[in-house]
Amino acid sequence: MMGMSSLSTCLALLAGWIVIGIAGLARPMSVRFAGRALFLAGALCGAGLALVSLWALNAPPEQAVLPIGLPDLPFHLRLDALSAVFLLLLGVTSVGTSVFGAGYFRAGEGTAPGLLCLQYHVFLASMGFVLIANDAYAFMFAWEIMALASYFLVTTQHRIAEIRRAGFLYLLIAHLGALGILLCFGVLQGGHWEMTFDAMRALRLGPQWATCAFLLAFFGFGAKAGLVPLHVWLPEAHPAAPSPVSALMSAVMLKMALYGILRVSFDLIGAPLWWWGLIALGVGLFSALYGVVFAAAQTDMKRLLAYSSIENIGIACAGLGLALVFAGLGMASLAALAVIAMLYHCLNHALMKSLLFLGTGAVLHATGQRNLGKLGGLMRYMPWTAWLTLIGALAIASLPPLNGFVSEWLLLQAFLFTDQIPRTFINMLLPLGAAVVALSAALAAYVMVKFYGVIFLGVPREGTLVRAHDCGRLERFGLAWLAAGCVLLGLLPVQVIARLNAAAILLVGTGLGEHGQRWWLLAPLTQGRASYGPIAFFVGVLSIVLLTALVVRLFYHGRVRFSLPWDCGFGQLDARMQDSAEGFGQPVRHVFQPFFRIERELPSAFDNAPKYRVIVTDRVWYALYEPLVGLVRRAANGVAWLQQGRVTTYLLYGFVTLLVLLGVVLA
Amino acid sequence: MAPLSWDLQLLNVCAALLLLLAFAMLSQRRIVTLVDLLALQGAVLCVATALVAWRTGKSHLYLSALLTLGLKVLFLPWLLRRLIRRLDVYWDTEPMANIGGTMLLGLLIVIFAFGLAQPISALANTSTKSTIGIAVAVTLLAFLTMITRKKAMSQIVGFLSMENGLFFAAMSATYGMPMVVELGVALDVLVAMLVLGVFFFQIRERFESLDLHHFESLKEEK
Repeated sequence: MMGMSSLSTCLALLAGWIVIGIAGLARPMSVRFAGRALFLAGALCGAGLALVSLWALNAPPEQAVLPIGLPDLPFHLRLDALSAVFLLLLGVTSVGTSVFGAGYFRAGEGTAPGLLCLQYHVFLASMGFVLIANDAYAFMFAWEIMALASYFLVTTQHRIAEIRRAGFLYLLIAHLGALGILLCFGVLQGGHWEMTFDAMRALRLGPQWATCAFLLAFFGFGAKAGLVPLHVWLPEAHPAAPSPVSALMSAVMLKMALYGILRVSFDLIGAPLWWWGLIALGVGLFSALYGVVFAAAQTDMKRLLAYSSIENIGIACAGLGLALVFAGLGMASLAALAVIAMLYHCLNHALMKSLLFLGTGAVLHATGQRNLGKLGGLMRYMPWTAWLTLIGALAIASLPPLNGFVSEWLLLQAFLFTDQIPRTFINMLLPLGAAVVALSAALAAYVMVKFYGVIFLGVPREGTLVRAHDCGRLERFGLAWLAAGCVLLGLLPVQVIARLNAAAILLVGTGLGEHGQRWWLLAPLTQGRASYGPIAFFVGVLSIVLLTALVVRLFYHGRVRFSLPWDCGFGQLDARMQDSAEGFGQPVRHVFQPFFRIERELPSAFDNAPKYRVIVTDRVWYALYEPLVGLVRRAANGVAWLQQGRVTTYLLYGFVTLLVLLGVVLA
Repeated sequence: MAPLSWDLQLLNVCAALLLLLAFAMLSQRRIVTLVDLLALQGAVLCVATALVAWRTGKSHLYLSALLTLGLKVLFLPWLLRRLIRRLDVYWDTEPMANIGGTMLLGLLIVIFAFGLAQPISALANTSTKSTIGIAVAVTLLAFLTMITRKKAMSQIVGFLSMENGLFFAAMSATYGMPMVVELGVALDVLVAMLVLGVFFFQIRERFESLDLHHFESLKEEK
């Protein structure tokens, strides 16, 4: 046993982040100090956190009480397997983003580097604190700090009006969500006013109150996770932030929301009802499809990734829903499968999405462009970024042997067991969910082809792109770290699942057993049913590629001819003839037309300078938010009627209020 | 029922005078006369305070009475008269439409105030508890005076009169507030008066009148 407990080490590391952040204020304008050195120190803290949480995964839960907080309500802390999984996610991802960030931030971009360093590290520390909080007060405290820190990070370029607007939208929805969570804790304390999670665990609520708590939590955390229809802030806020921050928000912060749902529904409420799972499943699947379809229609690379995050969160939420269904019906080992699939997907998405966001950051710095229509052919000029991003793109397209495949495969396995559910209609309908997951995965691959192909392949669409330079050493390390994570999680699923088992046992009471699986062969339930050996797959793919290369080399006649690929003999191919982002997305846009609100400007046949413009917007915005805004405005105008502008009227209000109150006292 | 001692009777007379003055203020149209009534109210209050101080032997109430005399009888009315002269509103009157209706409303309020004071009087253990109802009534009537006026000047007078009512309520319920609080309140009234005096000049400069209905143009358009 180490000298210090995992919890105190973890706490020390989180405090370290805060100290690093405050140190940034010492020389706020210095990029070299605040932007480089401190971010590297932050990465070290992150690595430490990852190690500690890896250790804590299989250790028994630890508790502590911090002597700070409100009188009578100190901060309670707890480090258990579930917290450890998400702390691991936070630690590992933050190493990548911090090292990348050390090379990324430049002077003169909005907020001063020192301030950015403070906000960034406070953001990291608050997320860590959310995970180890063990009472409602500490949780909400950390949760709000997280929301505020990320708000300031989103509005780094606060001189741009659109970014301020995006930040406000984010803050608004974050607070709506926080309100839901607060009310949920209010329900969970069950009238005893004991705000510790231990008391909530011990308390068993009746089904109505439990449902109420679950729905509030699902709304509150769903707003943070970006589940449809509360997703509108996500495609605005994520592109607005600097890339390492977008990466953190998308990769880690959204997972905090999923952690919250898991914590509340499985741990605090304790006995979930099975039909809650159907809600989570429905919302999750819809978000997945919605997100990926919108991702296909985007022309801004960071917006595209933001929509892809909605998709992935949707898939994870579907896994959570499935776990709730299984757990509520007492099918513990299947619930464990679904929980593990979901946790695995969270880990995967954290790594691959941060990798992709950092990749877009490198592209953004090299070219100054976010618009896919003005990029292209960058693989030649930015080989490091291109190859490392390729790993992320393949992973998120869920191609074996990378990590994205493993979690989606596990989730599909869980879906395939739904025929054992003892509810007639449910077990007939749920396989449709599997179809939606499969469809989203396929479309995600399509989106990634678009994303990667339009940015890195083909010919540059702008003349200035040939001057693009590859990213620096620190940035490369950040990308490589995350890419290595993607590969490892893909190749060693058995080892990863063995670690995740502890969290599954904590949540649903049982984990996935050893069903004749070997270190290289994953067989989640029974080997006869389905198994997957990523290393064998990898070796197979590799040997086929090598073999092909060898054969070509041996039998090729050797006369080399250079020509443009795909020009079909035309010989005058130029950049404007390539497939564009709009063009590539058009089939999806066409098939899923009801999802979109499309404004299109078609040029006339006689136009000398024809222009084609298409604006795709979210229907949810018009169907839900605008009427809501109108309603609020009308209500506000109604209240404004009170404001007559006459002093005597205001005095009258005071007088009548006084009389009424006195009357109440009298009665 | 035993006959009341002479000092208590005198106190009741003072209370009755206060109420009468409150009604007088409610019905008064001329601003200068309103200030006179306020000064008179202050004087009655001063006498009442001194009387209570003599009865109970609490020395700090003498100080209170002195404060009342200095501030509410002498200084503030002087200040107000000076303001009236400088603002040239000596002959201004309030365009009050329905004095009779207002008086009737005042009557209802007095009944309400007495009903309200009943349980408080039952709880209080002072010999002056019978006057709590009048104190509450004076406060509410002063509030009503403020509501029915349209000139800024008379609203100030109403405000000061309300303060008188509160002071009297505190005295009858608990023999006055602690000295610190009383000093604080006196200072507040003084400062409010000075600030408002400045405001009046500003308001007149802007609207060329002290009529508050001009304020309506300040309201934000929908």
